Amino acid sequence: MIRKMLIAVLTLAALLSQPAFAVEPDEMLDDPVLEERARAISKQVRCVVCQNQDIDSSNAGVARDLRILVRERLVAGDTDQEVLDFLVARYGDYVLFKPPFKPSTYVLWAAPFVILSIGGIAIALVLAQNARRYRNAARQTPETPVKEPNA
Amino acid sequence: MKRILAFLPIGIAVILGGFLLWGLNPDRDPNEIPSVLISQPVPAFDLPPVEGLDTPGLSSTDLAENDGSAPIVVNVFASWCVPCRAEHAVLTRMVREDGIRLMGINYKDKPQDARKWLDDLGNPYERIGSDLDGRAGIEWGISGVPETFVIDGAGTVVFRFVGPVLGDEAIGKLRTALEQARRNRAGETS
Repeated sequence: MIRKMLIAVLTLAALLSQPAFAVEPDEMLDDPVLEERARAISKQVRCVVCQNQDIDSSNAGVARDLRILVRERLVAGDTDQEVLDFLVARYGDYVLFKPPFKPSTYVLWAAPFVILSIGGIAIALVLAQNARRYRNAARQTPETPVKEPNA
Repeated sequence: MKRILAFLPIGIAVILGGFLLWGLNPDRDPNEIPSVLISQPVPAFDLPPVEGLDTPGLSSTDLAENDGSAPIVVNVFASWCVPCRAEHAVLTRMVREDGIRLMGINYKDKPQDARKWLDDLGNPYERIGSDLDGRAGIEWGISGVPETFVIDGAGTVVFRFVGPVLGDEAIGKLRTALEQARRNRAGETS
């Protein structure tokens, strides 16, 4: 009996409990669609105080202010992109976890592919050279007097 | 072609080495957040005075429509911010000695605390805007207090300093920015 009750209580606790969020109930919007969009935006925005955290999971004061601001903009009818642009206008590209693709970031975005292709070219060159050497060696074999089995 | 290829590894090593050397530079601060405000007009904001204080409030027009006679320094401070206390003496001295106009943004502070703080330490500010909810702070893109901005005669942000203006290096940087603000003004009139 006690065991059953214990299991029931634990199950209930497990069902009711949620992972700890920084977003407090008073910040949340009544409209679940807008709230969902706000959460999605918040996950892309860097907290300027605690630099490797998004504002959605940060407990910093500024992060809370920005979360509320994001929701206000959404309620006012901004699109997701307009909200992000609003923040970028104040804090720079720095607030975005995903840097935009523009002239100053071309190197950043292209570097992995450039490095990868340099490596690919290097491997291709080495392989081609090896193959050539192997072919040459194969062609030379009959001419070179090596120990033949019948000798 | 072969010869060029032979030098390729050295080239790559030099480029990589240069990049790593740049990363090792002790003066480079990877935590520094670049400000988008530099060379931009002051952001739009309008703040009431601190309740119960005689100093008038602060809005962007106060900064944009200045006569350019002296560079303006905007200092974001709060009574709960310990480094601000240390910085206060430096700014007070600069008002006296460097001929700056000091404006304050009192960030997320209770009016009575701000009043007491200014009573204790003195009030070097010409105007103080009370930013209770931190909205003006967001307009300025601040990440905390204290932060200090230099505005030139045209109402353009010339410089941003994050953290307390303490020590020769920080004060030197601020003075350089003040010079630049003065030059900007001179360039306009000539």
